[in-house]
Amino acid sequence: MSDSTVVTLNHEEHRPELLHHFADEQQQRDSASLGMWIFLATEVMFFGGLFCAYLIYRRWYFGDFGAASKSINATLGATNTAVLICSSLTVVLAIWAAQTSRRALMIGTLVLTMVFGLAFLGIKGIEYKDKFEEHHVPGASFSFDHVPIPGHPDQYANPQHAQIFFSLYFIMTGLHALHMIIGLGIFAWLLIMAWKGRFTPEYYTPLEIGGLYWHFVDIVWIYLFPLLYLIDRHP
Amino acid sequence: MSDHSKSSPLKMYFTVWAALLVGTFLTYKAAFIELGRFNAAVALTIATVKALLVALFFMHIKGAHEKLLKLVVISTVFFLFLLLVLSMADYGTRTWS
Repeated sequence: MSDSTVVTLNHEEHRPELLHHFADEQQQRDSASLGMWIFLATEVMFFGGLFCAYLIYRRWYFGDFGAASKSINATLGATNTAVLICSSLTVVLAIWAAQTSRRALMIGTLVLTMVFGLAFLGIKGIEYKDKFEEHHVPGASFSFDHVPIPGHPDQYANPQHAQIFFSLYFIMTGLHALHMIIGLGIFAWLLIMAWKGRFTPEYYTPLEIGGLYWHFVDIVWIYLFPLLYLIDRHP
Repeated sequence: MSDHSKSSPLKMYFTVWAALLVGTFLTYKAAFIELGRFNAAVALTIATVKALLVALFFMHIKGAHEKLLKLVVISTVFFLFLLLVLSMADYGTRTWS
């Protein structure tokens, strides 16, 4: 029996994207979304452990964390937040374009999403470069001497405790950046699929699923930004 | 996407986008104002509002057909709270040691 026979049997109604074990397209889309949300639940717990570690150390080394956080460029962090929010908008626009058969808009917004994603990583790179030059990367050459604690100008932050802040900073933003890189790979693939005309108003599940992932990464950043960049900024 | 929302959701998407940008600006500005211990509360409240906006409107939780989806989302938040609240109930109250 040839493959084409099987395909004909399963899809008598000319709905090639509807798999035969689903009742209709809506159910197929809902099932895919549900599966993605369960994956995102595991991702929440994955990042949750790091947020928990952050909370515990922030409580223990309150002033040292404030001093260390102040050395990070908050303007770059705020810019990156805005960049990610714009990329989330272009993602929902791409899905809307697929739903309404607007091919040029879909491809344009997918390209824009990737441009915003790359801009985020570029700005992150500038930030990391500053930290390297300031010897704020945890390790043998780490140095954080004579930095006053916010609110206590007569006290210096403990470099060991500040090093824990920077460890958390690099692990959390690094893991987030890794998610961004994976997201860029997913969106490159979505762009190719869109270019080939694979998405129709009936079938755009990969866009919806890729979008859920991208928005999740955005939400993680929404929490990372105030917790890492904005603690104890006031004079 | 539900059938009854076939009308253009563009206005909603751009409104949410604008609200997220305003939230980012507010959280950035509020961080430079002396509010004592309320600085963290303000920052985390704005972050949670922003996260809710993204989840409800961009991730389409609002208007989702599948009821199980809401169960998954609520369980996720619940277990995250268990992790954070129980850990802080321990580490946060070790003042006597």
